[in-house]
Amino acid sequence: MTDKIKIENVDLFYGDFQALKNVNMNIKENEITAFIGPSGCGKSTLLKSLNRMNDLIEGVKITGRILLDDVDIYKDMDATVLRRRVGMVFQKPNPFPMSIYENVAYGPKTHGVKGKAQLDEIVEKSLRSAAMWDEVKDRLKKSALGLSGGQQQRLCIARAFSVNPEVILLDEPTSALDPISTMKIEDLLVEIKKDYTIIIVTHNMQQATRISDKTAFFLVGEIIEFDETERLFSMPKNKKTEDYITGRFG
Amino acid sequence: MDRTLDNLKQRKVKAFLFKSFVWFCGILTVGILIYILLFILLKGVPKINLKFLFGEYNSETLSVFSSMVTTVQMIVLSLLISVPIGVFCAIYLAEYAKRGNKAVKVIRLAIDTLAGIPSIVYGLFGMIFFVQILGFRASVLSGICTISIMILPVIISSSEEAIKSVPDTYREGSLGLGATRLRTVFRIVLPTAMPGILAGIILAIGRIVGETAALIFTSGTNVLKNPSLNLMASQRTLAIHMYMLASEGLPHSRDMAFATGSILILVVFVVNYATTKLAGRIGRSQ
Amino acid sequence: MQTRQSNFNEIVMQAIFFLSALISVLAVLAICLFLFMRGIPAISEIGFTDFIFNEKWGPVNIPASYGILSMIVGSIYVTAGAIVIGVPIGLMCAIFLSEFCPDNIYKIVKPAVNLLAGIPSIIYGFFGMQVIVPFVRENFGGNGYSILSASIILGIMILPTIISISESSIRAVPESYAEGSYGIGATKEETVFKVMVPAAKSGILTSIILGIGRAIGETMAVVMVAGNAVMPLNKIELLKPIRTLTTNIVTEMSYASGLHESALISTGVVLFVFIIILNASLSLISSKTQRN
Repeated sequence: MTDKIKIENVDLFYGDFQALKNVNMNIKENEITAFIGPSGCGKSTLLKSLNRMNDLIEGVKITGRILLDDVDIYKDMDATVLRRRVGMVFQKPNPFPMSIYENVAYGPKTHGVKGKAQLDEIVEKSLRSAAMWDEVKDRLKKSALGLSGGQQQRLCIARAFSVNPEVILLDEPTSALDPISTMKIEDLLVEIKKDYTIIIVTHNMQQATRISDKTAFFLVGEIIEFDETERLFSMPKNKKTEDYITGRFG
Repeated sequence: MDRTLDNLKQRKVKAFLFKSFVWFCGILTVGILIYILLFILLKGVPKINLKFLFGEYNSETLSVFSSMVTTVQMIVLSLLISVPIGVFCAIYLAEYAKRGNKAVKVIRLAIDTLAGIPSIVYGLFGMIFFVQILGFRASVLSGICTISIMILPVIISSSEEAIKSVPDTYREGSLGLGATRLRTVFRIVLPTAMPGILAGIILAIGRIVGETAALIFTSGTNVLKNPSLNLMASQRTLAIHMYMLASEGLPHSRDMAFATGSILILVVFVVNYATTKLAGRIGRSQ
Repeated sequence: MQTRQSNFNEIVMQAIFFLSALISVLAVLAICLFLFMRGIPAISEIGFTDFIFNEKWGPVNIPASYGILSMIVGSIYVTAGAIVIGVPIGLMCAIFLSEFCPDNIYKIVKPAVNLLAGIPSIIYGFFGMQVIVPFVRENFGGNGYSILSASIILGIMILPTIISISESSIRAVPESYAEGSYGIGATKEETVFKVMVPAAKSGILTSIILGIGRAIGETMAVVMVAGNAVMPLNKIELLKPIRTLTTNIVTEMSYASGLHESALISTGVVLFVFIIILNASLSLISSKTQRN
C-alpha cells in the first residue's frame, strides 16, 4: 500500500506555545490510523493540520511539510480543494440547521454540482454509505436538528462522504454518543476503509484496538510511538507508551 | 435580648416597606403604560373612518392616506440602503475583523456615537447636508437619506449579536467540506442568524415610523392631497402628521391626532410582537 | 481556475464588508464636519461668551441677540427633573423585576417595559399635552406648560432605559454574593439593597447616563409640554414655561434664515458637545469596569 499522507518535520506554534514538536509520520492508504494520548498532547492539533482547519485560528504558525499524494498542502494546494479531498467529522455532531437533504447536498452544491437528479443521487449514496438511508429516507425534508445525537453524527459522516473525499479525519467522533451509536459508527468505519484513508483521534483505547490498523501515541506535542495497533498495545517499545496504555497516567 | 428583638422588629418593618415600594414601582410602570395606551386608543379608535384612512387630504378629512404611503415608502427605501450596509458591517465585525485591530476600535466608537446622537441633531445634519449642500431640497429623498444613517446602529448591533450567536461548529462544518469563508457566511451563518437580523430590522421600522425630529427639516411637514411616490416632493410621515394635527389646537384636528396616534400605537404593537417572537426563535434554535 | 475565481470573490467581498463598516465612521465624521462647519462660524460671529453665557435670545430684535444660556439651564433643569422622577421609579422597578417579581407577573411587566421603549416621542408629547399639562395646571397652578410637565414626561420616557439596563446588571451579580449575605442572617430586602444593588452600581450608572442622554436630546415630547418661552435666568421656576436647547431649534428653524439659522445650528452643536461628553463618560465607566 502506498503512503497517502507524509508528515515531515512538522512544528506547530500557537503564539509562543509549541503544540507539535518535530512530527514525522507516513499514513497509508485504505487503513485506519488512530491517534491516542492524553488531552493536550497535540493529537487533535495534528489532525486539524491535515486539512488546514488550524488556518482559522489566529496566531498559528506551522513549519515543516505535509504532503498529500506528494503535493505540499500548505504551499501548493488551495485550502478549499484540500478540504474537499480531506474531509472532517467533528467531536460534537454539528449538522447545519437545515433539512437532512440540504445538509448532505450542501457539500456537492459548494463544489458546483447543480442538477437535481445528480444531487438526489449523491444524497442517497452518501446516506447509504453512512448506513442511515433507510432510517431517514422518508423524512429527508425534516430538520436535521430533530435527529438523535448518534444519527446526527452519522449524518455528519454522510455529509463528509458527499464531496467524495479521499481521506476522512475524525476528531473523537463518538465521545458524545451512547454505546450503541458508537458501535454503529465503528462498524461503519471498518466497512468503508476499503474506499478511504481514515484517521481517527480517540480518547478511548479500546476503540483504537477495535478498529485501527496503526496507532500513534502522542505526549506533549511529540509522537512517542507509532506502530501496528496490535504490536503497540501488546508490546510497546517505549516505557511511556506502556505507562499510558496500562492506565498509569493520562 | 430585648434590644435585638426590637431591632429585628424594626428590620422587619423596614423590609416590608421596602418590598411594598418595590412592588408599587413595578405596578406603577405597567399602570403608566396602560394609561397612555388606553387614553390614546379610547379617544382615537372611534374617530377612525374610511375617509380618514384612505380619503383625499383636506381640512375636513385630515386623511392619513398620503402620510401613510410616504411612511411605507420611507421604510422600504431606507431599509434598502441601511440593511445591506448594516449587515455587511456586522459581518466584517463578527467574522473578519481581527482582535485588537485599531480600525475596529474606531468603527465601534463610531457606531456607539451614532447610537447616542439625538434625532434633532440628525435632522440638522440632514438639513445642512442633503437639503442644502446636495440640493435635494426638503423632500422625501432627504428624509430617507437622513433616516438611513439614523437606523444604521440598530441594524448593525442586532445583526452582529445574531451573527456572533451562530455556533462555531457550523462554520467548521462548512469549511471542513471545502466551502470558502464567503460561502460559509452567506449559506450557513446568515441564514442561521436571520431571526436576529430580522428583529433588528423590525426595530428599525419602529424607529422610522415613530420618528419626527429628524424628518421635520428634511422631508418636511407639507402634506399632499393624494398619495405620491415622488421622491423629490416634500411630504410628511404619519408621526409628523400627528404632530401637525396636535399643534393646531382645533378640536377636530385634536380628535384626528388621537386617531393618528392610535394607528401609530397599533404599529408599535405589531413591531413589538414580531421582535419578541423572533427573539424567542433565536433562543430556541440553540 | 475555479479557486482563483473564488479567491478573487473573497477579496472583493471582504473589501466590501470593510467599506460598509467604514460608512459609520464616515457618517460620524460628516455629521461633525457639517455641523461644526455651519455652527462654529456663527458662534465666533456672535462671540463665544455672548452665545454661551448670555441669557438674552432675540434673533428678530434690533440689534439681534443670540444668547442661549437660558436654554442650556433649561435643558439641565428638565433633564435633572427627569432623573429625579425616572431614576427612583426605574431602579425600584428593575429591582422588582430582577429580585421580587413572580414569573407570571414578570410575563406582564417585562413586555410592558419593552412596549414603553417602543412608543414614539410624539405619542408621549401628545399624552403630556392632553393629560400632564392640565393635571399640573389644576393641581399646582400656572398654565401647566412648565418644567414640571416636561420633567414628568421625560421621567416616564427614560424609564425603559433605566429599567432594562439596571435589571440586567443586577441579574449579572453572582448568586454567591447574595448567599454570603443571607448566611449572616440578612433579610432578602437588606441583601438586595446593601449587597446586590451596590454590586451592580456601574451598570446602574450606565443606565442613568443613557437616560440623561435620552432626556437631554429629546425634542418632540418636550416641545409639546414645555411652553417654549425664553425665560430670563431669575424667572426660571418649576411651574413656569421653559425653552431647552432642542426645542429652541425646532420652534424657530422653520422661519429662520442667515445668522439666525446658523445660531440654531450652533445650538445643535452645543447639544452635540453635551452628548459627546456623556458618551465619553460612558466609555470611561465601561473601561473602568473591564479593568476591575
